Amino acid sequence: MNDLLLLPVAGPLLVAAVLLALPGRMLLHRLAALATTAGVLVVAVALLVATSDGAVPVLRVGGWPESVAISLAADALSALLVTVTAVVVLCCLVAAVGSGDDRRPYFLPLVLVLSAGANGAFLTTDLFNLFVLIEVMLVPSYVLLSLAGGSGRGGAARVYVATNLLGSTLLLAGVALVYGTTGVVGLGDLAGLARDDPAVAVAAAVVLLALGLKSALVPLHDWLPRTYPVASPVVVALFSGLLTKVGLYAVIRIYAVVYGGDPAYHWLLGAVALLSMVVGVLGAVGEKSMRRILTFHMVSQIGYVLLGLALFTAASLAAAVYYLAQYILVKAALLLCAAAVRFGRGTDRLDESGGLSWQRPALGLAFAGAALSLAGLPPFSGFVAKFLLLRATAETGAWLAMTVAVLVSLVTLLSMLKIWSAVFAGDPPTSTAVEKRIGLPLVGAPLALAGLSLAAGLAAQPLLVVADTAAAGLRDPSGYVRAVTGR
Amino acid sequence: MKEQSAALIVGVLVAAGVFLLLRPGLLRVVLGFVLLGHAVNVLLLAAGGLGRRTAALEEVGPDTADPLPQAFVLTAIVITFGITVHLLGLLRRDDGDDEPAGDGAATGGGGGDGRSSGAGGGDGGGPDGGDGDVEPVREGAPEGDVR
Repeated sequence: MNDLLLLPVAGPLLVAAVLLALPGRMLLHRLAALATTAGVLVVAVALLVATSDGAVPVLRVGGWPESVAISLAADALSALLVTVTAVVVLCCLVAAVGSGDDRRPYFLPLVLVLSAGANGAFLTTDLFNLFVLIEVMLVPSYVLLSLAGGSGRGGAARVYVATNLLGSTLLLAGVALVYGTTGVVGLGDLAGLARDDPAVAVAAAVVLLALGLKSALVPLHDWLPRTYPVASPVVVALFSGLLTKVGLYAVIRIYAVVYGGDPAYHWLLGAVALLSMVVGVLGAVGEKSMRRILTFHMVSQIGYVLLGLALFTAASLAAAVYYLAQYILVKAALLLCAAAVRFGRGTDRLDESGGLSWQRPALGLAFAGAALSLAGLPPFSGFVAKFLLLRATAETGAWLAMTVAVLVSLVTLLSMLKIWSAVFAGDPPTSTAVEKRIGLPLVGAPLALAGLSLAAGLAAQPLLVVADTAAAGLRDPSGYVRAVTGR
Repeated sequence: MKEQSAALIVGVLVAAGVFLLLRPGLLRVVLGFVLLGHAVNVLLLAAGGLGRRTAALEEVGPDTADPLPQAFVLTAIVITFGITVHLLGLLRRDDGDDEPAGDGAATGGGGGDGRSSGAGGGDGGGPDGGDGDVEPVREGAPEGDVR
């Protein structure tokens, strides 16, 4: 069982290496990438089942003793995120087949390396390996971002690389400071140290700052809406599911384990969460293309997850985990819809499109479902997530946070309605310069994701059980710590 | 004393790196990141304690150096090197493509250009010179701003 932990990391890396050695065989590349990701998904579901009772399987790679081994461990939170990202990668690969993105040189191997890095970051138990695996994930993303065509791509690619490189440098500096103050970098060894020792708290805060930059928390969010919309739409969907979420996961994990959920900093997290929600949603109001609106909403939704962390009660953490998992699916669905629109119409600007729901009703259905879920309307998963979060907020009496969360949801709905009325409702544009048939993969991928969101809303119980287990593990990380340190 | 000098080195490297990052032109940004990377490497080594100097794989005593930060630094150097090469590749490809016009004007060529093309060797001279030349081409692409 524990050996399974290696597969989500090593599997895609190995297949990517083999594929790089065999260029030009498109069918082989597609089959291998899809099969690998499907395999990762199966392994991730197995891990999810194994961890749903609170167990924490640990693998010391190569059988080395605990102090020197590279350890991988999965608790319910890690397993859930590996599962969800595998679903997103699978759908993005299918959509890339439909849009022809995967014909770009090295696209599929790069996506595999990206997913391997993300899975590794979810499973690692050590701050330095977290840094390395985030780099493994970022390096292909640099290339994927600059593969896309379009104007302004060079500049955006430079902003993206420079921002993330700064974040990585800061992260490494934070790891160095943590090592300097404690002499360890393993999460298990660091458990609770930042709560007890202000010096460690400052050092770990540098790590959190770097991760905040990577997950685009407000005041460090500006790079995201500037750079993501320039990438190819399918790539944006992939990035949204993996990159910022890894940063967010690491923030949650480090705050829960290293800080032990120290209440002294809840106000700071809460302030960042509320700011992210408001700034993100207001930034989207003025934008005029689907991808730009959706990337601003990314910033806003990350705030909701962080709000759950800031309250740090069992209910709010469960809400945050559930929110994060369903939100990754919903956002990928929306961005894949944007990819389909962009592929069919040659643009995803709001004023140059319209009437798409008549021509492609399935695509309209997928967008409508995902958009309602993002805004938090029943019966979709977004409703359950927001309901849980608001209930947890009310229980702690954080009325300001609750008001902001509700208002931001309303503005989110407004943005979604704006996209709907401009792109899907109304009459088709008269001048159809580019009108390509949107193939089945491009419609099917977002539809499947929206369907999953609906399923997670209608039958929320299994996911809620997992979220509760994950929240219990975050509230009291002693089980995780015991498993990771082996003591 | 060793700790103080390490702190001083880190401070100077970070200051120089940040200064270069804030200058226009991608080549200077790349060089700034190289300096920042060096600063963090020194910080990592200092975190392991600079007083202990005996080789790690011989007999372990109180004076044995900590091998872990050295492994960290090796890994970090490799990663920084790879990304630096990628950045230089971006710089090379975008040469004359959509270099931000406003920045080139602000630099006004001058001393800054001359210095960094000297530092970057033959490779750096081309793209950085292009920085000023492309200036009138295109104002568009709001994302074109490196800062």
